Amino acid sequence: MAIIEAKRLTKVFGTDPKKAIPLMDKGWSKEKIFAETKLTVGVNQADFAIEEGQIFVIMGLSGSGKSTLVRLLNRLIEPTSGQVLFNGTDVLRMSPEQLRQFRRKNIGMVFQKFALFPHRTVIQNIEYGLEVQGIDKNKRREMAMSALELVGLAGWENSYPDQLSGGMQQRVGLARGLASDPDVLLMDEAFSALDPLIRKDMQDELLELQSKMKKTIVFITHDLNEALRIGDQIALMKDGAIVQIGSPEEILMQPANKYVERFVEDVDLSKVLTASHVMVKAETITPDKGPRVALQFMRDRGISSLYVVDKGMRLLGVVTAEDASNAIKNGLKLEEVMVREAPSAAPDTMLHELFEMMSSSKLPVGIIDAGGRLKGIVIKGAVLAALAGNSTPEAGEHHESA
Amino acid sequence: MNLPKIPLADWIEWLEAWLENHLEPLFELIRIVVGETVGGLETVLNAIPPLILILIFTALAWYIGKWRMALFTLVGLFLIDNLGLWSQTMQTLALVLTAAFISVIFGVPVGILCARSGTVQKIVTPVLDFMQTMPAFVYLLPAITFFSLGVVPGVISSIIFAIPPTIRLTNLGIRQVPSELVEAADAFGSTPSQKLFKLQLPLAMPTIMAGINQTIMLSLSMVVIASMIGAQGVGAYVYRAVTQGKTGVGFEAGLAIVILAIILDRLTQQVINKKKTA
Repeated sequence: MAIIEAKRLTKVFGTDPKKAIPLMDKGWSKEKIFAETKLTVGVNQADFAIEEGQIFVIMGLSGSGKSTLVRLLNRLIEPTSGQVLFNGTDVLRMSPEQLRQFRRKNIGMVFQKFALFPHRTVIQNIEYGLEVQGIDKNKRREMAMSALELVGLAGWENSYPDQLSGGMQQRVGLARGLASDPDVLLMDEAFSALDPLIRKDMQDELLELQSKMKKTIVFITHDLNEALRIGDQIALMKDGAIVQIGSPEEILMQPANKYVERFVEDVDLSKVLTASHVMVKAETITPDKGPRVALQFMRDRGISSLYVVDKGMRLLGVVTAEDASNAIKNGLKLEEVMVREAPSAAPDTMLHELFEMMSSSKLPVGIIDAGGRLKGIVIKGAVLAALAGNSTPEAGEHHESA
Repeated sequence: MNLPKIPLADWIEWLEAWLENHLEPLFELIRIVVGETVGGLETVLNAIPPLILILIFTALAWYIGKWRMALFTLVGLFLIDNLGLWSQTMQTLALVLTAAFISVIFGVPVGILCARSGTVQKIVTPVLDFMQTMPAFVYLLPAITFFSLGVVPGVISSIIFAIPPTIRLTNLGIRQVPSELVEAADAFGSTPSQKLFKLQLPLAMPTIMAGINQTIMLSLSMVVIASMIGAQGVGAYVYRAVTQGKTGVGFEAGLAIVILAIILDRLTQQVINKKKTA
């Protein structure tokens, strides 16, 4: 079941905001509603479900309503209509006390401008959420210290926020959000105020933290590269409405409309797409087969190389057609003529890294998982096709290495 | 067309009489509490030998401020003692501290209410304007009616004149707490009072202290007026000197007020600065 679900979640700003709802039902645009009623549509009937352990990215340009949307989830902004379900419970029906408990225990938040309390030390900032819960002083100090260690700031506990750099301040913000071990972490443009290098580090660290902690994270950003980099699911917003929800590949490869298409066209795909996006099925052979079989196989398929693997699909080497004919002439086995140092890479290698490997080798790059098993191969033609914006190429077709 | 004059004066006098008749026990209670507070403070201040009190004040100035501050306190208070104005100055100090203390006790909570509710702020602001601009002499009369002559109506009129800065700056200080910090406090599930005591008041403290400083200064500026309705102290010396045309005596007493004002002002300023750098 989804941990958070939004159903026709709507926020309209202005006096008598309910007036705008029938107009939205009629499909009026944000501009038209404003022109007629002076009401500003913040979020227009957003529907989505967030699975537990996912990083759900809400992305859009400024003014698209993404910051409003995330605040509707913990009712920092009161929704006009619709539903927010947390594990099936309607957040909008919570009493003030229930809402406080929900915010204290279930849903943490990290802010764009850090929003650290300047009169409190780092550790006092981190334990704020625990303190308002009334957790005993020693216990909460202990919990806060482990959150501090988690973000790599041990030793800074008695500093004040203004003594830290931006990146360090946001680590404190992150630790404060994580200190009470919430089920969901809301991150509102959490890295947008950081400079690009620090930002990339923070993204890496977030992904690393995520692989350990498996939090459900709702991440707001205006940066598509950031969204593609960290998101499991991405919801793209425009004028308060969600235009498309999908995995990063779906957003890139199957844009739902012209707006999304224009949005994604400037993306540097080589830094977003990974080997697993463009790899094709490898043609393989086991070493017990002779060179003749291999050569015949290559002729039949119209390809110039074969991957030699054992029964467990572990990559042993590559044999080209030329190697195979030599083996036949000299009466050698496949194992004796194959190239053992075939170029290989992990499935999450970025395309721009693959380029370098491919330029130094004639052979396609074998994609190998952590267990050494061959998952597929990447051919230069497929990489170029993907970068040109075509969808994933069919297997086998361009299988002659340049 | 000749409109009849609105009988505002009659209404006010009717209201004054009504209040006097119906709220007599309340006024009596206030009279006793305020009178006892000033009297008690005065007794304590005058019971301690001047020399020891001067050393205590000097030590306090040295602790809070710097050596220059301590030196000024030492020399200034010796001068007051030397001029023979010591016990009168202590009477004035008792009056000022009582008025300031009561102003803070009522002013800070009212300021907090103003910060929390736009409606309260809209009601309170014009009342504060009224209190600050209505000439003090005008409310000396009802103060005498309700509390009779002496130090109590002096304290009450000082409070009326001096409380607005504490209210205004408490309100301002809380409202100036950045909204993203308030939002963060909300996001972590703070109750309104947790938010107030853990975030808003600590961050507003320098501004509130500036308000308290202003309140002390304004109540000090009321001591001469208060002496016209029977409050004792250096103010009474000034008043008497003026009515008898004795420039020299007036100047001496006035100087005592100035010295007291500078000491109180610098001490509270230092407290603000310490808060800011902490």
